[in-house]
Amino acid sequence: MSRTLFALGALIASSTALAEDAPPTAAELAARGLAQVEPTVALDAPTVILSGGTVMTANGEVFEQGYVILEDGKIKAVGAGAPEAIDGAVLVDTTGKFVTPGVIDTHSHLGVYPSPSARAHSDGNEATRPTTPGVWAEHSFWPQDPGLQRAVAGGVTTLQVLPGSANLVGGRGVVLHNLPHRGSRAMRFPGAPETVKMACGENPKRVYGEKGGPSTRMGNLRGQRTVFIEAREYKEDWDKYEAKLAKWQTWQDEEAAGVKHKKKDKAPEKPEAPKQDLDKDTLAAVMAGEVLPQIHCYRADDMLSMLQVAEEFGWSVRSFHHAVEAYKIRDVLAEKDVSVSTWADWWGFKMEAYDAVQENAAMVHDAGARAIIHSDSGIGIQRLNQEAAKAYHAGKRMGLELTDDDALRWITANPAWALGIDDQVGTLEPGKRADVVLWDAHPLSVYASAEKVFVDGALVWDAQQENPPWADFEVGQTIDVPAKGEGVEQ
Amino acid sequence: MIRAMSVVLCLALPSVASAACTVVQGAETVYLPKGPASGVDVRIEGERITAVGEVDAAGCTVVDATGKTVTYGLTEVSSTLGLVEVGAERGTVDHTGEGDAVRAALRVTDAYNPRSSVIPVQRIEGITSAVVTPGGGRIAGQGGWVELAGTTQAQAVGASSIGVWASMGGESKAQGLLELRELLEDARFLRRKGAAYDSGNSRELAASRLDLQALYPVLDGEVPLVLGANRASDIEAVLRFAKEEGILVVISGAAEGWLLADALAEANVPVILDPLVYGSGGFDQMHARADNAALLHEAGVTVVLSSFSTHNARTLKQVAGNAVRGGLDHDAAVKAITETPASAFGIADRGKVAEGQVANLVVWGGDPLEIGTAVEAVFIEGQSVPLVSRQTELRDRYATLPGSPLPALSLE
Repeated sequence: MSRTLFALGALIASSTALAEDAPPTAAELAARGLAQVEPTVALDAPTVILSGGTVMTANGEVFEQGYVILEDGKIKAVGAGAPEAIDGAVLVDTTGKFVTPGVIDTHSHLGVYPSPSARAHSDGNEATRPTTPGVWAEHSFWPQDPGLQRAVAGGVTTLQVLPGSANLVGGRGVVLHNLPHRGSRAMRFPGAPETVKMACGENPKRVYGEKGGPSTRMGNLRGQRTVFIEAREYKEDWDKYEAKLAKWQTWQDEEAAGVKHKKKDKAPEKPEAPKQDLDKDTLAAVMAGEVLPQIHCYRADDMLSMLQVAEEFGWSVRSFHHAVEAYKIRDVLAEKDVSVSTWADWWGFKMEAYDAVQENAAMVHDAGARAIIHSDSGIGIQRLNQEAAKAYHAGKRMGLELTDDDALRWITANPAWALGIDDQVGTLEPGKRADVVLWDAHPLSVYASAEKVFVDGALVWDAQQENPPWADFEVGQTIDVPAKGEGVEQ
Repeated sequence: MIRAMSVVLCLALPSVASAACTVVQGAETVYLPKGPASGVDVRIEGERITAVGEVDAAGCTVVDATGKTVTYGLTEVSSTLGLVEVGAERGTVDHTGEGDAVRAALRVTDAYNPRSSVIPVQRIEGITSAVVTPGGGRIAGQGGWVELAGTTQAQAVGASSIGVWASMGGESKAQGLLELRELLEDARFLRRKGAAYDSGNSRELAASRLDLQALYPVLDGEVPLVLGANRASDIEAVLRFAKEEGILVVISGAAEGWLLADALAEANVPVILDPLVYGSGGFDQMHARADNAALLHEAGVTVVLSSFSTHNARTLKQVAGNAVRGGLDHDAAVKAITETPASAFGIADRGKVAEGQVANLVVWGGDPLEIGTAVEAVFIEGQSVPLVSRQTELRDRYATLPGSPLPALSLE
């Protein structure tokens, strides 16, 4: 299989037109599945100089008195002291305040379980069979979820929206840039890899225990291994087909160029593409390393089981989600370079969440693995900074050596890595996207609020002015007419 | 309403202190009923606070709180502590009954387990007390006040009935209130015609005798009916209902409470709320705002803050910090997790750092509402509480890896 087989997104522009009768490559099919029909309207991104206050880069450096310059939607410069003057730039005095990278949440169900909570909005679990790798969260995503603007008010500039955890393989997640758009496709974070949600432990066996299974953890594992075996065959079929296609195409090209073939060389037969299968597409791409697995898993032994499956089929776990027992196997997770997306303190709501400790993220970090604080909650996503602070202070009280910058990385740089976009966002560095938060107090304080939030250099939240609602849902909900009297006479 | 209620708590924790008294000395800040103060020491004798201010420490165990902050112990008023061990495991869940929609006679503290592993997790973070609540049905039952110490129900349960928890939810909120009216009416009827009822010469009643009798304290204004309501119009309906019935109510939820702040203040109805509930999470909270607690407090409403959580009741201080972030006065936020939880339920001898109060105290490293602040000492009914939980033990077990398998046992 070619390196780009099943790769998506970036290929839309680069897919070259073949002769009309040429059968498609897998990459071409994948690209067609990502057509965007509406224009992406970019917001105005002026040149902005944030200067005077503390700059926390999430890259090891903190400038007590520093500056960040945003230009053309990118970070132009970051440094200590006073910045150069730029004609026409908007100057924001950040004295007494804090500038950080935009917050990134690896685990959100905004849009697929949106507010207002309503039965009609329950679009997060395709709980009709235990493996549904072919469903895509972005096809459930409601871009009018009012929660998106609440999240940006909490400094969240990028989020991964995932299917729920009812299924062993729940479907594809989608990495979104937190900007108001009419559809999810325009919100896709440019260049972000595809992701897939998988789940182990209690949820799948609870959901399917009386619906044909799996009803046990061993049943879970069989279910997952089985679909990967099937996907492996599918991938091999496509690999063979594409090899034949390449030969056929070469012949066609040579003929077109007037190359004389020898008589004994027979023209290759035009191959027929295997039937496209959405479920197997996703898993084949996992095995090709092109889709990043995000696995809901609480218990240490369950995570070890999933690492075994990954080894068996030759892929890598990108991030374990929830992972409340990660601290018990943090050496293994560090060695295998698996990130851990967890909460600061959720626990006890089910057996597999019974052994949580508040030091989990800090212990994982201390062992050299990437710790991430995620929300999994429309409320929690509004204050991930506080959740990171809880996990941080728990670690410090335990005696671990941690810095503010470490804690900040748990909600910026590390989630960026888990989503494969760390070359674009997650730290304050020149050349990265200008996803930036200005906090009115130290971001690890309970009293801190995001005062200004920039995405691609555009100001999308400003606590100091009226923010028009992003969501159509919130329009026209307050039309009060003062009453004349206090009732009717009877 | 507070005047009408006077719940007497009787607790009998064994005293383990060797000295006859303990003095928490030298704190930088002590949160008193009048507000934060400095230069205040606190003396504990037995289970009570016996002196606050300039205190004679002779013969007492001294707790050096130099540079620290002292508050009264925190109370979570919407929890199922000691009633739920693991949420998803029905066999460990005791806060909700099944069957009849009306179970006013149910005393949920009968199921309280003071040895629950969930309790120390909260206790070591400053939660010293809880109101434990029943769930489900039209009337869920009676909630009680527990201290998060002791090993028996007799020691831990301070009062088994400080309110009756009810719901106006279901198919229609109007139907819900109608059913509650009928129950109160039938309780009055039973009280008047008890003899007729016992001899079988009575009309049919909406609930069993025990359930109706359990509503007498509500009719008498001795304990409140605790009702969940978020939408402003629902709160308005509850206020009208309470006035018509002549009963005390406490409103839980109150997401849109700020819209009725003056009416709540005038009716002297306390509200239990989570300041993190804002935004259009549902059609019943379209107008929820981050400054809900602040606006209610400014209007003079008794505001009780709650995490509405059992396993994470410990987030109560963070909840209060967020109320401050939303505009609530800091001292009011501290009171909303210490003092008003007691006063809203008519409990007079708890909630304040003051002479005569039960000695639930927390010594903090700094601002009690700030995330980075550590709890340095906790006293429940005068006893120092070890800062250990199942979670700290698990953490220590895995402090170095591998934490398991365990080493072989010694043969000696």
